[in-house]
Amino acid sequence: MPEQAAPLDDAAPPWPPLLAPATRFILHGNAAVRAAATAAWGVPFAEEACRARLLGSRATLWMGPDEYLLLDRAPAEAAGDTASGLERAMAGLDHALVDVSHRQVAVEINGAHAGHILNGGCPLDLDLKEFPVGMCTRTLFAKADIVLWRTAADAFHVEMWRSFGDYVRALLAEVARDC
Amino acid sequence: MLIIVCPFCGKRPEIEFTYGGQAHITRPERPSELDDQAWAEFLYMRSNTKGIHAERWRHARGCGRFFNALRDTTTDHFVATYRIDEPQPQIEQPAEPVPPP
Repeated sequence: MPEQAAPLDDAAPPWPPLLAPATRFILHGNAAVRAAATAAWGVPFAEEACRARLLGSRATLWMGPDEYLLLDRAPAEAAGDTASGLERAMAGLDHALVDVSHRQVAVEINGAHAGHILNGGCPLDLDLKEFPVGMCTRTLFAKADIVLWRTAADAFHVEMWRSFGDYVRALLAEVARDC
Repeated sequence: MLIIVCPFCGKRPEIEFTYGGQAHITRPERPSELDDQAWAEFLYMRSNTKGIHAERWRHARGCGRFFNALRDTTTDHFVATYRIDEPQPQIEQPAEPVPPP
């Protein structure tokens, strides 16, 4: 990831910093797979659409009817070891577990204007009634796919693919200047 | 921007979706037994409906799932969306285009 380019003018705000490296998996599987994975991962899976479950540093985020993002924001062990544990728990069940730890990077957008800043590139209604705390979804930020997860009333966790990191962070900073 | 109701995620902006062609077209079980005419019918021939049209859409930038939609081709109004495993809602072809809500 290159360093931030020289700002166009002195008023340009800094890019939102990248969060610490995390462990990430994409899990495809039915209810039996999810029950087995819960035993190894330690976090239950939301059955309703677009909801995340958080326990300690680990979370499960609903991505689709049988697809979840497993996220550990403060991993205590190597991702490969965690994957082995999950695979052991799900042995014999049809599933797909893919380590995407290095595919994605993340930033946190927080503060009173967090929703407004994200709406600079994301057309979802981010009012608390429409997008409550604990809601997560894959969506778009301008031209980039992101995963948006509301972790508090005024805080969002934003996952993006690594090669879109500069694009998303620069645009977030640009929007923030106008808010 | 249109709002499209994904059967899984609810109301979403249209830029998250991609069009998937006409819905309810079944692939022949044994393509090798078809003559060229019948195979061409399956491959290429589509209805060109003026009015309510059943078509496939994919929530590509959301849950990633295909679903079916009934859309009025004259007004671009989505009359209904439903999961692939659900039957097509029976909606009569209106004499007049269905106005958007």
